[in-house]
Amino acid sequence: MMFEEEINQVVRYIKPSGIRKFFDIAKTRKNVISLGVGEPDFITPWHIREAAIYAIEKGRTFYTGNKGLLELRIGICNYYKRRFNISYDPEANVIVTVGGSEAIDIILRTVLKPGDEVILPTPAYVAYAAIIEMAGGKVVETELTEENEFKLTPEALSKVITDKTKAIILNFPGNPTGGIMTREDYAKIVPILKEHDLFVITDEIYAELTYEGKHVSIAEFDEIKDRVVVINGFSKAYSMTGYRVGYILAHKDIVSMALKIHQYTIMCATTPSQYAAIEAVNNGDNDIEVMFTSFKQRRNYIVKELNRIGLKTHMPMGAFYVFPSIKITGLKSEEFCEKLLNEENLALVPGNAFGEAGEGYVRISYAYSLDEIKQALAKLENFINK
Amino acid sequence: MKELLTLLENNARYEIKDLAALLNESEEAVTDEIRALEERNIIAGYHTIINWDKADTEISKAIIFVNCVPERESGYDKIARKIARFPEVDSLCLISGKAEFLLQVNGRNMREVSNFVAHKLAPTEGVNGTETMFILKEYKSNGVCFEENTEDGERLIVTP
Ligand SMILES: Cc1ncc(COP(=O)(O)O)c(C=O)c1O
Repeated sequence: MMFEEEINQVVRYIKPSGIRKFFDIAKTRKNVISLGVGEPDFITPWHIREAAIYAIEKGRTFYTGNKGLLELRIGICNYYKRRFNISYDPEANVIVTVGGSEAIDIILRTVLKPGDEVILPTPAYVAYAAIIEMAGGKVVETELTEENEFKLTPEALSKVITDKTKAIILNFPGNPTGGIMTREDYAKIVPILKEHDLFVITDEIYAELTYEGKHVSIAEFDEIKDRVVVINGFSKAYSMTGYRVGYILAHKDIVSMALKIHQYTIMCATTPSQYAAIEAVNNGDNDIEVMFTSFKQRRNYIVKELNRIGLKTHMPMGAFYVFPSIKITGLKSEEFCEKLLNEENLALVPGNAFGEAGEGYVRISYAYSLDEIKQALAKLENFINK
Repeated sequence: MKELLTLLENNARYEIKDLAALLNESEEAVTDEIRALEERNIIAGYHTIINWDKADTEISKAIIFVNCVPERESGYDKIARKIARFPEVDSLCLISGKAEFLLQVNGRNMREVSNFVAHKLAPTEGVNGTETMFILKEYKSNGVCFEENTEDGERLIVTP
């Protein structure tokens, strides 16, 4: 490898994503069946695609203001009020970003000073740890356990807070566990977050895929709302991953700082995609409903089948992943997935790609047709019974 | 009930055990529910969506507007029943607008459909007039597009 010594040493030592590594192996093989994808299987609803096409037709392809189109910001605020009963001001509290991904990046770069600690409940979505490190922060993991239904408990939280702790990342419903937090669950941790004045970065990208009760945002808790930064986006709720639109909802003074990074690195989110997002957020509630029902049914199906074939799987209450334990096989997550790929041509994601806490688990996505799920489960059953 | 009906509306060939797993119910419960829905005529039948053009089978379909006057007491129901009895009539509904009924009529060829209109439908008591539009080509039926490969988005094998 060239330039190793010369380049930014933080970047040099960032671990390549375990998912990427696995993808590189999988793509060299033919006829791989996969339950490894982290995006919905619906094609974006036609009226939303049509809105993007129309924007291009009409020549709406110039830069927008840095914060994003006002109409979109208004739509987003109305949406948060309508669906989750939380109020934000479209002028002061919103930045439209290039996916939730950019939102995570600019918010961490905004709040972190060198050496600040960020609490990261793991297993967690792969981007958080890397972005924390690139922003000069230090990752402090706390384990979400299957016994606690992958919820964050006040005990676990208290244990990892130090006087260097600046922020915590929450992701409920979560990737890869599917875990959620109810209002009661949050009520137990909010006093601790408040006592230590932590920034709470809550990635609610799977909010619409909450199967038990309605999604609760921690921004509901007025006593900490000023320090809560909501991250959300259009990728999962409307099946719009390739459009690359997300957003931040936060206190106006956080927004104005984060906007500096956004305006110099990104300028604005893709314009036609913003027009598509307007259509989605204003007229897409019904699409959400259809996809929600379909995901819930597939979740029911896959959990029942996994338990039948002998992989103990708890019923996740959100997102479109199940996270079964593979400990009965005696294999490590990576070994399990590599063997499964070699012997059955089936690709799953090893749990340890989401942090050490995911060791002994695999992530299975059910964002696939029932036929594909059946095919894959037959292979998995075959593998386990060998 | 609505969830089960929606599943069956999209695919009448689901196996009971799959329906049970999808709905998180027992197979017995699903079997009973379907039977009850059939008995109440909420599930009124099961059909296959066929692209006859592709099957190279000649078939002729027409949409027909029918004008008629309502009868005392029975309104439109009695005449609707009379029209519905013809086996050539595939579907029939009462509509708002310029006609009273909208029909779809299927026959083996155009002549058969024309004969039906001229000799059976138009002379039916209470029918005042008809307007027949032959279907030239079907692009979509019961929610299914007949043109293949219209959407070809592809996902990567593994993503975060
Ligand atoms: C938890 C979580 N957050 C954020 C993202 C990023 O989504 P996007 O950048 O498409 O909005 C993902 C995508 O997989 C995710 O799983």
